[in-house]
Amino acid sequence: MHQQDMTLMAHLLRRAGFGATRDELEAAVTRGYEAVVEELLHPGDAQAMPEDIIRRYHVDQSELRQLDAAGATWMYRMITTRCPLEEKIALFWHSLFATGYAKLNQARALLNQVDMFRRYGLGRFDTLLVELSKDPAMIIWLDNNNNHKGAINENYGRELLELFSMGIGNYTEQDIKECSRAFTGWTLGNAEYMAMRASKDSIWPYGRIAWHFTYRDADHDDGAKTFLGETGKFNGEEIIALIVRQEATARFISRRLFQFFAADDIDAEGEQVIQAMMRSYFDAGYEIRAVLRILFHSDYFKSKALYARVKGPVELLVGALRLAGSYRKPTLGAHQLAYQTFYMGQGLLQPPSVEGWHEGLEWIDSGSLLERINFIAKELSNLSNPGVRAIIDRLAAEDGGMLTPPQLVDRCLDLMGPLTVDEETRAALVAFATTEGDLNLKECQPGDASEQRVGNLLRLVASSREFQLA
Amino acid sequence: MASAIRDKALVVIQLSGGNDCLNTVVPYTNDLYYDFRPTIHIASEEVLPINDAFGFNPSMGPIKRLWDEGKVAVISGIGYPHPDRSHFRSMDIWHTAEPEKIGQEGWLGRAIRTLDPKGDNVLTGVNFGRGLPRALGCRGVPVASVGNLETYGLFPDLQDEQARQFALETFAKMYGGAAGSDMVKSFLGQTATDALKGADILRTAPAQYTSTVAYPNNPVAQNLKSMAQVLFADLGTRIYYTQHGSFDTHSGELATHAKLWQEVSGAVGAFMDDLKEHGREDDVVLFIFSEFGRRIRDNGSGTDHGSGGAAFIIGRAVQGGMYGEYPSLKVEDQLEGDLHFNNDFRCTYSTLLEQWLGLAPAPIVNGQFEQFACLKASAA
Repeated sequence: MHQQDMTLMAHLLRRAGFGATRDELEAAVTRGYEAVVEELLHPGDAQAMPEDIIRRYHVDQSELRQLDAAGATWMYRMITTRCPLEEKIALFWHSLFATGYAKLNQARALLNQVDMFRRYGLGRFDTLLVELSKDPAMIIWLDNNNNHKGAINENYGRELLELFSMGIGNYTEQDIKECSRAFTGWTLGNAEYMAMRASKDSIWPYGRIAWHFTYRDADHDDGAKTFLGETGKFNGEEIIALIVRQEATARFISRRLFQFFAADDIDAEGEQVIQAMMRSYFDAGYEIRAVLRILFHSDYFKSKALYARVKGPVELLVGALRLAGSYRKPTLGAHQLAYQTFYMGQGLLQPPSVEGWHEGLEWIDSGSLLERINFIAKELSNLSNPGVRAIIDRLAAEDGGMLTPPQLVDRCLDLMGPLTVDEETRAALVAFATTEGDLNLKECQPGDASEQRVGNLLRLVASSREFQLA
Repeated sequence: MASAIRDKALVVIQLSGGNDCLNTVVPYTNDLYYDFRPTIHIASEEVLPINDAFGFNPSMGPIKRLWDEGKVAVISGIGYPHPDRSHFRSMDIWHTAEPEKIGQEGWLGRAIRTLDPKGDNVLTGVNFGRGLPRALGCRGVPVASVGNLETYGLFPDLQDEQARQFALETFAKMYGGAAGSDMVKSFLGQTATDALKGADILRTAPAQYTSTVAYPNNPVAQNLKSMAQVLFADLGTRIYYTQHGSFDTHSGELATHAKLWQEVSGAVGAFMDDLKEHGREDDVVLFIFSEFGRRIRDNGSGTDHGSGGAAFIIGRAVQGGMYGEYPSLKVEDQLEGDLHFNNDFRCTYSTLLEQWLGLAPAPIVNGQFEQFACLKASAA
């Protein structure tokens, strides 16, 4: 298989998903780039670890009250899904519409929101915003249940414009008020009763809180509103229709998608790509799928975007686990995975504020870097992990199982990616491998010295700077 | 280093989960206490009295000893307006010193930034425990988060020391490369180098440590021992942080609460003994807090989330005594069934920041707050 095709496909699968094992990569290259892009954009049956299996083994993941259990549930899905873009886009929206456990005290409501992102995340942006406005977790997070006719609460109205669509400078304070008025009545069913039940300690027992959306016409301000220069008796849907029509919205969404899927920083060429994304946003009736398609097919994405992003902690961890082949079955201690990304700086389902996480280089500090490297180094050097065994089997099968140090390093870099690394990185790895001479994997027993050598090398490849980058 | 750095250090112990202050500083002569706490109370003959009206939980022996030495300040009725009874939100409030909106920076992260604006010493603040608490989080401020001091650093899972050294050498080579003009790779390289440097320095601390003090074998005591090791190694660390829990005693409170306080008190006692043995008692002040108190009325097996709590400041530099007002238990004085706070926690923060660390508190705690006179003026 052509090395260039492999490199490009690995890049696509890292960005639109969480990376690929060698087997997955070869199968994808056979299907071809265009076909794979379409498969990604049209998630079908995820065939992820079934929920009843998870619940049978993980009692805590039955009720999903607690944060670590809920995070682990989502992790299992990300690790075992056959439709990675469905999870990646959910992660994108989760980061953007950052709704946090801190205020809700209820993890199930957050997972319901994530499920909504799966269903609507690649579709029309206006549909997604309407669903978001009805999402109970969001309603509570931004206090829209306290937004009443005659006594508006501007929190959701403001953030909808500032953080979720157009961005500051594209609307006025008056627009915020009118927007808030339009969303009066968009509230929780039986809110007072739910609040009473929550007042003691909303985390438990199971089933105590069942937030759902209800529209209270009596509490809705149906008067005339002037929003972004248009006047009418706007309800929430009409406001959203006006929002998504704006160029500022197209730019905002295209930029955020670009930064999440292509590159942390936007240069002049990146601006051109964003312009193209904005055009497709309008041409396709605000469909996110179309915007991503343009991006994935752009020359920029296929060349300049390689390694142009720092992996977020969840991305890094899930990618490492998919490569290592661990946690494909219910595994004791899976809830620890949620803690791990928290130590790395990204607590799933608990963004620090509605602004979400600061990405790119801000993921990296002296504490988080050690946590990131230690976790993946340990996982990818563990000889009992199926993915690691698969790498060793491939090494043993090719070249009769005999490899010189440079060959070993190059093959490992290939099988872990393929990864493109600096000369210094490669030289350091080769020097490491050379100390023990040529490697003979023929007729070696599982876990013996030859395999240990491979494990140690994989540890260092996983620890490299380049592996931290998407 | 030519000279030992002896600037004052602050040790913060977070009691996670909401400590029941009524059973910590017990109003053992108040009938209302026994009325509201038919099941979950400390009998008056069991408390360790600190005066005619209040006594410590019987598990707090070492802290009672320190109280008798005049080294313990109890801040009663500590809290903030519109109490939040959610663990996460309330802890965030304490961490960011921002009760009214979502804070972005930790108060101690800001303090570290003020103490060391250029980040010259990556060990100015050290957390003992995994994952950085938000109190220490501040963009651009490096803080070490140490799970286990002896193995802190890269590849702690590699048992073979030789293999580990070899891996570390290769790692250093990979990250030491100039990376040309690639800003991202340079930053990764610099950060990794800082982290390893910090780890290398920190790991010298246990090696240099000698002491006759025996710390109990539980996480909080071992963390305080690690703090002592780092302190005596004079690495320039000013802020130490750790947490213990869970104090969220909705059920089975009496036994759990007793055990937790036995652990915390034992740890604090050993730590203070260690400071004394090494002649460092004047250099350190401890601050113990929790994110909220618990309900006045018990639920039959434990207590639920409340508000208004107690905090402790401990050290030789402390002017021992009770500060703030002990909240009234009378129904008309309660706040939604809870103890009514009477002093904002930012007053205590300001006290520690200005009187102990010598920092201007207002920018750190987002406002001016009246301070307590609980630190001896002579501790200069």
